[in-house]
Amino acid sequence: MKVETTQKTCFHCGENCKDAKIHLQEKYFCCDGCKLVYELLNENNLCTYYDLNTNPGLAQKIKIREDKFAFLEDNTIQHKIIQFTDGEQTHVTFYLPQMHCSSCLWLLEHIYKINNGIVSSKVNFSKKEAFIVFDNSKTTLRKVVETLAAIGYEPHISLQELNGEKINKTDKTRLYKVGVAGFCFANIMMMSFPEYLIAEGAIEANIRQLFQYLIVIFSLPVVFYSATEFFVQAWKGVKHKFLNIDAPIALAIAITFGRSLYEVFSHTGSGYFDSMSGIVFFMLVGRILQDRTYQSISFDRDYKSFFPIAVNVLKEHKVIPTTIDKIKSGDIIQIYSNELIPVDCILSKGKAEIDYSFVSGESIPVIKEPGEIIYAGGKQIGGALELIVAKEVSQSYLTNLWNKAIFKTKEELPDSYIHVISKYFTFIVFAIAGVAALYWYMQHEYKLMWNTITTVLIVACPCALLLSATFTNGNILRILSKNKLYLRHPDVIEHISKINHIVFDKTGTLTQQSDVSVTYSGNKLDDEAQTCIALLLAQSPHPLSKAIVQYLDKDIENVTIENFKWTTGKGVEGWIEDKYYKVGSKEFVLGEKANQQINSTVGVKIDNTYFGEFKIVNKYRFGFYQLMENLKSDYPISVISGDNDSEQQHLRAVLGNSDILFHQKPDDKLEYILHLQNVKNKNVMMIGDGLNDAGALKQSNVGLAITENANNFSPACDGIIDAAQFSNLDKFIAFAKSGKRIILMSFVFSILYNIIGLYFAVQGTLSPFIAAVLMPCSSISIILATYGMSEIAAWRIKLNKT
Amino acid sequence: MSAMILMLIGSLILAAGFLAAFLWSVKDGQYDDDFSPAHRMLFNDTKNNNNINQSSN
Repeated sequence: MKVETTQKTCFHCGENCKDAKIHLQEKYFCCDGCKLVYELLNENNLCTYYDLNTNPGLAQKIKIREDKFAFLEDNTIQHKIIQFTDGEQTHVTFYLPQMHCSSCLWLLEHIYKINNGIVSSKVNFSKKEAFIVFDNSKTTLRKVVETLAAIGYEPHISLQELNGEKINKTDKTRLYKVGVAGFCFANIMMMSFPEYLIAEGAIEANIRQLFQYLIVIFSLPVVFYSATEFFVQAWKGVKHKFLNIDAPIALAIAITFGRSLYEVFSHTGSGYFDSMSGIVFFMLVGRILQDRTYQSISFDRDYKSFFPIAVNVLKEHKVIPTTIDKIKSGDIIQIYSNELIPVDCILSKGKAEIDYSFVSGESIPVIKEPGEIIYAGGKQIGGALELIVAKEVSQSYLTNLWNKAIFKTKEELPDSYIHVISKYFTFIVFAIAGVAALYWYMQHEYKLMWNTITTVLIVACPCALLLSATFTNGNILRILSKNKLYLRHPDVIEHISKINHIVFDKTGTLTQQSDVSVTYSGNKLDDEAQTCIALLLAQSPHPLSKAIVQYLDKDIENVTIENFKWTTGKGVEGWIEDKYYKVGSKEFVLGEKANQQINSTVGVKIDNTYFGEFKIVNKYRFGFYQLMENLKSDYPISVISGDNDSEQQHLRAVLGNSDILFHQKPDDKLEYILHLQNVKNKNVMMIGDGLNDAGALKQSNVGLAITENANNFSPACDGIIDAAQFSNLDKFIAFAKSGKRIILMSFVFSILYNIIGLYFAVQGTLSPFIAAVLMPCSSISIILATYGMSEIAAWRIKLNKT
Repeated sequence: MSAMILMLIGSLILAAGFLAAFLWSVKDGQYDDDFSPAHRMLFNDTKNNNNINQSSN
């Protein structure tokens, strides 16, 4: 028997369809937007999109305003977006964060079927970019963007990118360097074999000579091209009077190279070219693994990438699209539904329902009346607005934060323990070399003395330390990213291991952004009343109404009501049978002016009796209590929230007498972090989500941004953590801490090889053969040891393996 | 002895070829995106008339 499922899912995006009203033949859609996309694709013979993956689309519930992209007709804006144009064809690259599967790839590369002005499009999936070439005579930039938007891939065009701050740039030079080093290393190794294995005289002297000169030639690109970054870094460190790990490595490379050249040209030996090129190759591989970047994730966003690039300015009854950096105070701007308000302004016309979730994480909208101030960063939910600009974009309440000094200071010098250890290590090596040299000097063995000094320095360079650090960090980053914690830089691992205070933002960080919990207090509502309330609220698109309808969970699918009135942003009233219901904000229900704080309550009045109210609060994230329990014992915890203090008691119960601060402005949050760092001498980890945390995230020693969707934008930070992994935060910290232990252990392990090498070196008998055996042995065993130990650490901490 | 020289030249040319291939592949962007090419080749494309018309015009 076949069971018919009543719940239909959208053919386009896979979301549940509220009702089965929107459909085309057998295919159901959750909203008109999805249906439109399907129709467009169907018309253009592009339904392969749906064959490659089931429900590949993203919900299109938010309609795109008709002239939203009118600003793209402006020449100066066009000029900034376009990469190349010869008047006939134009090249442009768009960032499309919606891209997520092979269907997207297929559709975007077949987009010419919809807009025949598009000559070609090529997708870079890792970067989520599409490179498009279009014919100027057949289409325009605006039409191309509109085509993309029509199929559900609205390009993200932001001011930050426009101003030439390219967010993600891949550097290929290191790959070239590794390629060259690998090539030279392998050839040098091959040509050194006769030297190692064949007895003196078994090979003709001139061939041997030829091999040696070839080896010298092959070593040149290694030293002068592949190894340049070690010299450059070492020099930078020396200039700042700071001995980093690159300094002894550069020294060792230089000494090895010099001594080997001397041996070859004085015909006293064959030199250590093979070991030298090998170690350069391995070190570069380690650095590549460590610095692997997440191409589609950006850690450097500021408010400019959140804000629209242009808004409509009304001037003498004309609408002029203007980029937001050109908006002056006093201008009148138009903001449409679902658009972000880029500047502080005063509402002059329209009904504002502002969703500040971008700024604070709070998703329940705030109602504003004409004459009230609206701060930048809010998103209008209701209809179109007219606003008078109060402050320019960079001077606004929120964006002002980026004018602060911390956003301007350059990165400091690295303070990693790696450099400290390498410093001591270098001193010890110098001491050993000195003692050995002194011994041979006393014996009047001057040739052996030089031999000893150089070979000790060759053998004992802290390459092993660099290898352990880079390979361990690389593997830790890889494991963490599998667990959906993406760190900006390998140094962050070490910073995490040092933290001794954790600060959380509340709204959007500890609480979920989308999921809310509803409680009712007041006179008991019977079943009939509940159904009627659900019926009325179902008529309103307000998020609070939706939350209550879901909470009441009544079967109202096929019931329709007629006698009702819905006031935007206020509530619903209407007659059902013989009773008059009024549900909505307290102001609406009771007719009295309410203050700001209780905008998340919904009052109920039946006939003339006030029954009670629904309270809607954001739910705490899954695993919140357990996580706090785990962290509390090891770290002091603070919560700083921009919200009112309605949650104080609850948090107090969970966290005891930690700092729990409310009504914190973005500046206050930054100041609080500074206070912890400077006055209490703490290493602070800040976990936040919104733009209002940006200052605190930047100032803290480790700033992690939490996001519910990898496509969402998060403020500048050291790491991005997926919201679903929030409860694993304690494990991530523990894992980062194990990093240092692993690096030190594998380093100690590798010192064994150094000691063997030193044993020969101090006697002046380190042959190139011994060096060439020790070098790959120690390198490979370090790689295996770091890999194995970090996997074991991840397994012990019970991190997910995928 | 001449055999050794020949072998040497041969092996160096071979290795240089591999190096060139590697550098070329990096320059060409083969390591930039490991998703698209792998999936692109799986699409069995219907010939599109639109493009053909365009090029013949």
